[in-house]
Amino acid sequence: MSAEPHARPVRLVVNGREIAADVAPRTHLADFLREQQLLTGTHLGCEHGVCGACTILIDGEPARSCITFAVACEGRSVTTVEGLDDDELAAELRAAFTAEHGLQCGFCTPGMLVSARDLVLRKLDATDAAIRVEMSGNLCRCTGYVGIVNAIRRVMDARKAKVG
Amino acid sequence: MKAASFDYERPTALPAALGLLARDDGVVRAIAGSQSLGPMLNLRLVQPDLLVDITAVPDLLSIREEAGTLVVGACVTHARLEDGGYPDPTRGVLAAVAGGIAYRAVRNRGTIGGSIAHADPAADWLVAATALGAELVLAGTAGRRTLAMAAFVLGAFETALEPGEIIAEIRIPGLSAEARWGYWKFCRKAGEFAQASAAVLIDPSRGLTRCVIGAASGKPIVMTDPAVLREGGDGRALELLADTAIGQDRYQLRTHSVALRRAIAKAAA
Repeated sequence: MSAEPHARPVRLVVNGREIAADVAPRTHLADFLREQQLLTGTHLGCEHGVCGACTILIDGEPARSCITFAVACEGRSVTTVEGLDDDELAAELRAAFTAEHGLQCGFCTPGMLVSARDLVLRKLDATDAAIRVEMSGNLCRCTGYVGIVNAIRRVMDARKAKVG
Repeated sequence: MKAASFDYERPTALPAALGLLARDDGVVRAIAGSQSLGPMLNLRLVQPDLLVDITAVPDLLSIREEAGTLVVGACVTHARLEDGGYPDPTRGVLAAVAGGIAYRAVRNRGTIGGSIAHADPAADWLVAATALGAELVLAGTAGRRTLAMAAFVLGAFETALEPGEIIAEIRIPGLSAEARWGYWKFCRKAGEFAQASAAVLIDPSRGLTRCVIGAASGKPIVMTDPAVLREGGDGRALELLADTAIGQDRYQLRTHSVALRRAIAKAAA
């Protein structure tokens, strides 16, 4: 990596771990995560911000890691799908995606989980139509989306029932 | 799909940023949320020598109200505008427009100033800010100047920015209590770039009637003739559109005039 021109030191937190690395400015965050941190749960589909497969959290907010450069994440906290292993809501979503057949090949699933988690946190009362609009930035070529919407619906309904 | 090599700086003060942007020993580009420039870099449509990331400049991150005008820093994200929690003389218009831009993951990074500076004809802010009568405060090493939106956008991806200059602030006049707003865009898929769009502002106490058509392949088309509104987007509007590039294509004419009619209907609702 040091052969890359303009490489510069970057410090950031990835899944709770402080990391200092030399990164070329042209390296986008997804390549940095996959190739330098070996966190291959983040998937790359279109690499120009359209498909949503690479969606991760930066300071808790979803972002496209393919059109965010790693050098721009200095001082930030990045969470990938691996970092959501012990997250309560992500666990509920994983169970619901399994129960509702919310995935087939699984390529879009890491991005789906990150976006769905954010949606449940922001708009617990979303209608099915609103879920579809909110999730429109994540493309799935297998499921036809019905299982994905149902999975998110299931988690929202269960959370609302629990709150009472 | 990997960007060509470039150097990168992330200054934390405006003079330092402007100094870097004024360099003439290569291609220097300002970058904010990277939601438009990022894809273009990955596709190698742009190959700068130096990117100057302006998102760490505190002056560009503020939202404040000044005598009924909302002053938005160039690096304020769409998501921040969507979520509210700021003094809002636009009576929720900015939040509504921001919430319809692309997808939340894009809105969390993309900025209002970056979107306007990029000047994609299909961008929501181009048509909305033009209809709202926004002014842009531009900053360069030579100082600051203010330009109306309508004078800033020269064409598709073409603006009045001089080399080394950036948008510092977007100044959006407040709406009166009687003001009516309508915005409608036609996308084949939720969140994609608009095929056609229109924004309508009617503010009787300011004597304002402004209809703007966006995604117009060039700069937004502004119509201030009251007949456009009176005739609901038919008649006079079609006459005015006949002289534009849209008027030369039946599909374009149809989608854009429908966008205008629906924006007018929303404003009237």
